[in-house]
Amino acid sequence: MAQLVAKGVTKRFGGLVAVYGLDLEIEPRSIVSVIGPNGAGKTTLFNCIAGWYRIDEGELVFEGTPIDMLRRDQIARLGIARTYQNIRLFAGMSAIENVLVGQHHFLSAGWVGAVLRTPGVREEEEKAHEEARRILRYVGLQGNEEGQASNLPYGDQRRLEIARALTTQPRLLLLDEPTAGMNPAETQKMTTFIRRLRDELGITILLIEHEMRVVMGISERIAVLDYGEKIAEGSPSEIQSNPRVIEAYLGRGAAAAGQSARVEADATQNHAEAQA
Amino acid sequence: MVVRMTESPFGQVSWGKALRIGGAGAAVAVFLCVVGIVPVFHERPLITGIISLGQTALLLSALGTGYAAARATAQGGPLALLAAASAGSIAGVALTALVLIGSAVDLRAVFLHASPQLYEILTFGQGLTGSWIPIALGALLGAVGGLVSNVRVDLRRPLTTALFALLLAGLFAGILRAAMLTTPLADLARLLFASVGLTVIGAIATVVLFAGGRELLYYTNLRQRVQEMPPAQRRVVTWPAILVAAVVILVLPQALGSFVAQVIAVVALYVLMGLGLNITLGLAGLLDLGFVAFFAVGAYTVGLLTSTAEFGIAQWPFWAAIPFAVIFAMLFGAILGLPILGVRGDYLAIATLGFGEIIRLLAGSDLLKIWLGGPRGIINIPKPIDVPPDHFLAGPNQIYYIALACAVVIAFVAWRLRGSRLGRAWLSIREDEDVAQALGVNLVQTKLLAYMLGAAFAGLGGGIFASLVGSIFASSIQLFVSINVVAIVIVGGMGSIPGAVLGAVFLIGVPELFREFTEYRFLFYGAALILMMRYRPEGILPTKFAAREVHLESGELGADTVVAAPAESG
Amino acid sequence: MKTSWLERLTDLAIAGFLWAFRIAVVLIVLIGSALTLASGKYPPETWLNLAVQGLTLGMIYSLIALGYTMVYGILRLINFAHGEIFMAGAFGGYFVATALAGLGFLNQSPVTSLVSILLMLAGAMAVSVTLALLVERIAYRPLRNAPRLVPLISAIGASFFLQYTFRGLFGPGIYAYPSVDILQVAVPVDVLRMRWVDVLVIATAFAMMGGLYLFVQRTKIGTAIRAVSEDKATAALMGIDVNRAIVTTFAVGAAMAGAAGVMYGLMFRQIFFFSGFVPGIKAFTAAVLGGIGNVPGAMLGGIFLGEVESVGPTLFLDGLNVPSPNQLKDVIAFTMLVLVLIFRPSGILGERITTRA
Repeated sequence: MAQLVAKGVTKRFGGLVAVYGLDLEIEPRSIVSVIGPNGAGKTTLFNCIAGWYRIDEGELVFEGTPIDMLRRDQIARLGIARTYQNIRLFAGMSAIENVLVGQHHFLSAGWVGAVLRTPGVREEEEKAHEEARRILRYVGLQGNEEGQASNLPYGDQRRLEIARALTTQPRLLLLDEPTAGMNPAETQKMTTFIRRLRDELGITILLIEHEMRVVMGISERIAVLDYGEKIAEGSPSEIQSNPRVIEAYLGRGAAAAGQSARVEADATQNHAEAQA
Repeated sequence: MVVRMTESPFGQVSWGKALRIGGAGAAVAVFLCVVGIVPVFHERPLITGIISLGQTALLLSALGTGYAAARATAQGGPLALLAAASAGSIAGVALTALVLIGSAVDLRAVFLHASPQLYEILTFGQGLTGSWIPIALGALLGAVGGLVSNVRVDLRRPLTTALFALLLAGLFAGILRAAMLTTPLADLARLLFASVGLTVIGAIATVVLFAGGRELLYYTNLRQRVQEMPPAQRRVVTWPAILVAAVVILVLPQALGSFVAQVIAVVALYVLMGLGLNITLGLAGLLDLGFVAFFAVGAYTVGLLTSTAEFGIAQWPFWAAIPFAVIFAMLFGAILGLPILGVRGDYLAIATLGFGEIIRLLAGSDLLKIWLGGPRGIINIPKPIDVPPDHFLAGPNQIYYIALACAVVIAFVAWRLRGSRLGRAWLSIREDEDVAQALGVNLVQTKLLAYMLGAAFAGLGGGIFASLVGSIFASSIQLFVSINVVAIVIVGGMGSIPGAVLGAVFLIGVPELFREFTEYRFLFYGAALILMMRYRPEGILPTKFAAREVHLESGELGADTVVAAPAESG
Repeated sequence: MKTSWLERLTDLAIAGFLWAFRIAVVLIVLIGSALTLASGKYPPETWLNLAVQGLTLGMIYSLIALGYTMVYGILRLINFAHGEIFMAGAFGGYFVATALAGLGFLNQSPVTSLVSILLMLAGAMAVSVTLALLVERIAYRPLRNAPRLVPLISAIGASFFLQYTFRGLFGPGIYAYPSVDILQVAVPVDVLRMRWVDVLVIATAFAMMGGLYLFVQRTKIGTAIRAVSEDKATAALMGIDVNRAIVTTFAVGAAMAGAAGVMYGLMFRQIFFFSGFVPGIKAFTAAVLGGIGNVPGAMLGGIFLGEVESVGPTLFLDGLNVPSPNQLKDVIAFTMLVLVLIFRPSGILGERITTRA
């Protein structure tokens, strides 16, 4: 029983078709990567799933519930969480406050309770803080909780974003280029971490990545997009030898191994946002 | 403009830039004169017999021009001073030109303030023979400004402290003197303060006291040492300070006379409302420009329920009416907020502005005249506590204490909210509402709560205001009330409680106390807002993390995006 | 999925309120109009007259709205100070007119009057463009990359600063535009009940808007402006001078507003330092109505708003026995603003702004 089903998903921006006729099925507890050249529609797809865009055609069903007409917070409550290509932490809040926001809809203190600080509220806050600290420990950020989020080093910021997403107790996690800007050592750590998320927490992972070593190393299935359409889907070895995939990448002057794709991705990242 | 650099043993000077700064300084100086700030402020001496506030304004602009010009040159040294002096003299030339032209052609047909009185001020009473004076003074002051910029930071600090202290002391001198005359300190008062402004001795004393005091604090590192003390010891130090401050605040209306009492009652009211808007704008980031609408609801509710005149419907006591004022204001907040809070940030600002205007127009309209009194409004609104005129609670004083008490309560509420689940949700909405929503925060509900709470406190303020003034008309519901409160929150520091207090004291207290500022109040607000957004958007007394967040660049797919996102409501 | 009852209630309440609003507005409009027309109190000439007034007023709003819409299109900024730019133009025109009147030139002959009007327009536009460029340089340019609220607050500050600068410069009193006699003469077509000033306003507005349209569509800088409005980053990469495009936008918008100021002065004959505020907000409403960023939309939005404001009070409210309905004409305009922002923020003709900042 597939956890997430996308059927014929199409998204247009005026005259530009960002995603066209996309079919995708994601099994629970799997790790799936979405790859493709810049402008292929990957982030658009994420945005559609997470409720940031309304799709123009097709359907999106998560665990049996259609999600294409839902608001972002409703989708979050269903169990879908995401991170962002350019980190979007709450910069003016502390690390632990960032994580605590993720618990918002699990807590129930209203404004009256907040002002009066009834025992019930105090207990709830303590438990929430406990849980937040636990999650921070899990991602390896213990000890830095009260610091301002924007003061954290880059790698820690990415972890914090993931911690924040984890707090919403998702069953499907969308990671948008989690290793962007990382050196090989950090990338390796992140890759291991992502695998842990699935193995230990049972979370389904959907990944956008440009770093081919990560993609080939961790994914169970890979979907390849080009110009908004899915041109291939399969296991890593199938994708690596797929002629259409190679053409899509080589056609942009990038080697399938992903090195130059990396450089190109960085150089035109902002510019490509309009199309990705 | 071509930048010409002169090589010299002392370094390079970019004359082009210096000249441009001189031009800007000239524009500012002429502006100050022609807009009327100089002539109007000239009536108030800063140091009696020596310099007036208007002249101070020109002095500061010349100093600033010189400072900036010297800064713009690559290095220090005599050439920098020369650049500074040149820049200053350009400003002086502009003023001289103004005098010369104005004496030949009557500029008053266009500019009201371009009068002979102005020219007298500029030439120090010498008339046309004194037209060289502005140029000379400009050069001199420019050079001084340049000197200041070149001087070590250690020397600059006491200079700026002295300047601020002189300005404040000069402003408040008259009030302090009037207050002290009835006490044993009368002789001291006469020594330091003239009836308006400082005496020369007073000026010297101010400089010594404040600049010296600041240096003392700096060199003994007092602040840090107190912070580093263990909590028990710190309490011993800070509690007496807080106690003294509290006593001063409580005694203020008695000590300073009835006019000032009225003013600080209004200031206390604005502190109250500022704290309320601090929740809506400071925490949740909702730019509410229609705050006055809820103020009106509260005021009219109290008016209608307590007035003994023709439109009063109940003649209740104040204390019975106030809770209803708050509740109705909150209800209005819900009614106005529900449809509008799904709208994006800048449109929200305009929409709330529209609401404020609609309420104002409706309140004074003939349509609602039979209930709300039309333009004549509701009169005979009694004070909360009925006391004989001699009692210390008579007149505006009781409003002051009531407003103060309410402000303390609201500050407490705001403080508690800030550290709670709701507070975090609001902050996250202000930071990045799309991401907040993606984390499960229900935007409309959460925003609505912030909006309603702000409305409640606005209603409270309005109700108290109605009692203070004794009447409420549609013309009391002006946009400027909203702008006042918004300015307080923004200039003071978004989400910051001490910021709101400071903002209210300066943005409301000073214009109310000093007539000259009243006339140019919104000009100063406008300039303050522009300057603050440019140089210090986090406010004067920002909250802990605010300083970083407002300076972030918004280059990414962020809250600015106009995407066809799923509609939030409706 | 757990949705608390409070949430469902709120959602319901919102939907309910919005529906109630829509129904209330529709009812007021329909029933009011029906009653008013049925009562037969107003002959067709009155409606025609009101319609003509509305058209003239609307043209002025359109001119101002163009400035708002273009600046929003290129900077995503509501130029709060634009109303003051309009007023500055009105004052500029005033001083030129007074000078010309003093010289006896203003009313010497129809030709000199027309030349005077051209001079007034030139003077007004000079003042407003200069002011707009100063505002852009000082209050907006340093904040190009700031989060959205910051430039908006700066704009509000600029608006107040300008208003009270004008108050300081010219005083709080009302300034009366000198009379240009040929404009007060009624147009020979009796049924229209127009004066030549109305014709002037409509003609000038059309001419300027036509010019603007050609400018934006046909010239290189106009295309640059459209490109920067679409996608600033790409335009920059293409070698377009983004700064120049922005500055030109401000200048062009200000010129429109300045001209509108003169038209306003000639029509209503009275200006004072606060004159820019309400027309400014109404023009903004018009811009949003037509679809912000959308130049033809601003034109239509202005006319639409002008008509509603002129005809509305009598048409909708008189039948409902509302006393002094014309007191409420601003209420109608502001209600329109709120309605448009809530229900159709993309405007009638649709927004023309990018989907990415």
